[in-house]
Amino acid sequence: MSTVTLKVNGHIHTVQVDPETPLLYVLGDELALRGPKFGCGLGQCGACTVLMNGDAVRSCITPVSAVNTAEIVTLEGIGTAAKPHAIQQAFIDEEAAQCGFCLSGVILSAKALLDRNPNATERDVRNALSGVLCRCFAHTRMFAAIRRYAKLRHA
Amino acid sequence: MSVGISRRDFLKGAGALMVSFGGVATLETIALGQGPFATHMSHIDPSKLDSWIAVGEDGLVTAYTGKCDFGQGMYTAQTQLVAEELCVALERVRLMQCDTSVTPDQGTTSGSQSTPTNFNDGGLAQSAATAREALLEIASRRFNVPTDQLNVVNGLITAKDGTRVTYGELIRGKHFKLTVNPTAKRIAVREWTVLGKPIPSLDIQELVTGQFEFVHNVRLPGMLHGRVVRPPAVGATLVSIDERSVEDMPGLVKVVVRRNFVGVVAEKQVQAEQAASKLRVNWSKGGGNLPAQRLFYEYMREQPSRDVLAVDSGDVNEKLGAAVWQLRATYQHPYQAHGSIGASCAVADVQDHKATIWSPTQSVYPTRSGVAQLLGLPADNVRVIFVRGSGCYGLNGADTVSYDAALLSQGVRKPVRVQLTRQDEMAWGENYGAACVIDQRAGLDEKGSIMAWDCETWSVSLGGRPGYEHPGNVITGSLVGFEPQTISPQAASQPTGELRNGSNIVPSYVVGCIGGKCGGAGKVRSERVLAHTVKSPFFTGPLRSPLRLQNTFAHECFMDELSAHVKADPVAYRLQHLNETRLMDVVKAAAKGASWEERPSPKSARLRRGVTSGRGIACVAYEGDNGYVALVAEVEVDQASGRVQPKRFVVAQDCGPISNPAGMRNQIEGGVLQGMSRALGEEITWDQNKITSTSWRSYHSLPLGMELPTIESVLINRSETRALGAGETAITVVAAAIANAIFDATGARVRQLPLVPARVKAALEARS
Ligand code: FES
Ligand code: FES
Repeated sequence: MSTVTLKVNGHIHTVQVDPETPLLYVLGDELALRGPKFGCGLGQCGACTVLMNGDAVRSCITPVSAVNTAEIVTLEGIGTAAKPHAIQQAFIDEEAAQCGFCLSGVILSAKALLDRNPNATERDVRNALSGVLCRCFAHTRMFAAIRRYAKLRHA
Repeated sequence: MSVGISRRDFLKGAGALMVSFGGVATLETIALGQGPFATHMSHIDPSKLDSWIAVGEDGLVTAYTGKCDFGQGMYTAQTQLVAEELCVALERVRLMQCDTSVTPDQGTTSGSQSTPTNFNDGGLAQSAATAREALLEIASRRFNVPTDQLNVVNGLITAKDGTRVTYGELIRGKHFKLTVNPTAKRIAVREWTVLGKPIPSLDIQELVTGQFEFVHNVRLPGMLHGRVVRPPAVGATLVSIDERSVEDMPGLVKVVVRRNFVGVVAEKQVQAEQAASKLRVNWSKGGGNLPAQRLFYEYMREQPSRDVLAVDSGDVNEKLGAAVWQLRATYQHPYQAHGSIGASCAVADVQDHKATIWSPTQSVYPTRSGVAQLLGLPADNVRVIFVRGSGCYGLNGADTVSYDAALLSQGVRKPVRVQLTRQDEMAWGENYGAACVIDQRAGLDEKGSIMAWDCETWSVSLGGRPGYEHPGNVITGSLVGFEPQTISPQAASQPTGELRNGSNIVPSYVVGCIGGKCGGAGKVRSERVLAHTVKSPFFTGPLRSPLRLQNTFAHECFMDELSAHVKADPVAYRLQHLNETRLMDVVKAAAKGASWEERPSPKSARLRRGVTSGRGIACVAYEGDNGYVALVAEVEVDQASGRVQPKRFVVAQDCGPISNPAGMRNQIEGGVLQGMSRALGEEITWDQNKITSTSWRSYHSLPLGMELPTIESVLINRSETRALGAGETAITVVAAAIANAIFDATGARVRQLPLVPARVKAALEARS
């Protein structure tokens, strides 16, 4: 066990954990966050995605010790039900979810790309989402939502 | 919340005011539509109105349903239903789903039965209608005006003279002893204001902002973490455990063993994970006997089987012999996985005499019964609370992990959360969709019309939904020693009664006659359908459109082969052999929507190399009469690699009156793409000892980044008919439509799923 300090969704947290603990478990078990989910634990599906200094990373294969001073943002960190982020609003407007379990991967991977590169092409978006799964296959609406957000970023 | 809590306490605790309906037991029973699955008596009597509906003094309505939402939109649709029938605003309705302490027993949420069950003449709909009528009745007595002169909007009853009263005021402080009235009048479809509207899913805000509570997010005070340790080979049994191998593991609380069930409990997840991987377990060499995957379809044919004749006109061989042309073909469908995005998870709190399980199961009451048997507790002392897991398309690891959690919690008498790993879920968690091999034979007359159709199928079965009696039907139950249900070999007897086509084993094009009564959708009179079920080496269960998809793949591809043989247009040829107008209507609607060009397949001007395109159609009367769908697929085939890229799908669907068009479109789109992923790449694999498709590297799901085909849905709204299921219709026809489109594009017929490039390429090379 060691003491780890993390900056998550704008707040500083100090936790006592084994430094090998995957970031996902720290977020879910120690900080009671619900956004990032356990899908595969293998870095193959995206359900556990968080933003780390703006990049989409897989928290299931990121040991908490690798975070250091990086800023972590989870799906609940970018907006709330009362005040959703523009990309979340786009998903609401397009009704782009079925079970919704995959959304951290879908929304945060797209957001990371488009915030960095507002001119990203459709192909870039597809690339960014090539390792993200949605087993309910709500793909069509999710892409419509991402396009909607891309337009906003572009404008 | 503790077990054994009364619903009254529950309502108080939840802040709703006393329910004023109900109270006295009644002998009057009514037939509540509870779907095709057996249900057992629970202490919540479905004949009593307050088992379903409570109206609070503040006018808020709480409704209780035994049909739960796991992403298919049932939460929203059922809320709409209650709001509509009770004439209150959507926001005034709170729906409580699937909790053995508070909701009636409605068996399992499955088989596209929730809409029929709760929306037709039973369950929730009839209860809400009863409540509305009762409230109007009371108001009529209070105002001394007949009920038909009262108007009700948003829970406010107004008389012609302007006197008004709210629901809350009417029932304040009084008790009414009401039973659900099976003849209470329902709101006419043309008067709907809430139902039938494209209401967005009510939980979407919480979902997209990461605030929704999934079962994976349930955290209890003092909760520990568990992981399971499954056998290394199918059939391996536990010999011994070396507990010293984990004695220094930090945080380890206990190694729990029950027969072949092994698990570890630790303070933190990572500790449980480490202990599970460190634990040295000696397993017997049980494996080594799995039938070779390469020869599996042949293996199936050789096993002792349970046989059912679905139809038999008795003259098939004779008619086939007399036919001008006789065609035959064999189709093969692999085992496939649910592969839910989240590996399954559950939380259990087992104490000395009682247990509470937070479970993603689709069947809270049956799960209660299974857990009770596993733990040796009376079912009444077990409470199962449904908390949504990730999308489930049948029987994923939800039930098994609920048992895992119960066993581990019983071992430590503390709350335990169990998270299966991805490997556990894929190899030792879920019940797979069945593999099938299907032989088709047909005889054509001189005009090319079908005069006889003979179909013989082999599918596999082991376990399945546990129901109330069979916890051994899922993996954990069998690991602790409960036997899974399996087939006992039995010869077929002549069909009697009415045609049952719940698995779409009978093709749409035959008359389906039994004893003179014809329940089929088609015109071919000479017919025989014989189904063999053999014991599966792996656990099987209902995967979205169970057997309906497999059978439909074979029927609809074969129909296409027949039409190609006589150089008929596939749409016209289908219509020529169909009798059921609702099915014909969706075929026409899909063809029209796709601007279908009337001509035979394959298309005449086709290139033998490079990328070529084609179109294909498939249709089905889902379960014989529970939804009608036709789909046109347009695909491109890269003939160099064998890669297939669907470009466009046009779906026409008739599921009776549509409760929520937005929800239905969402289900269609999801179903079509899921069907495409399964058709193009999904297949369970194994070696001599074990399942080898245990991650997303070895089980191939199409990712978000795939090239997306367009999907157009044509919804046929039949407000005058009964509500039918819509969750499984579209997916049933996707594989067949794609395979038919590949044939149209290239002239190559692929009869085995999935349509992976190598297989398509081989078929291309085999073209004459
Ligand atoms: S859970 Fe992290 S990628 Fe799947
Ligand atoms: S919405 Fe269920 S996995 Fe994406």
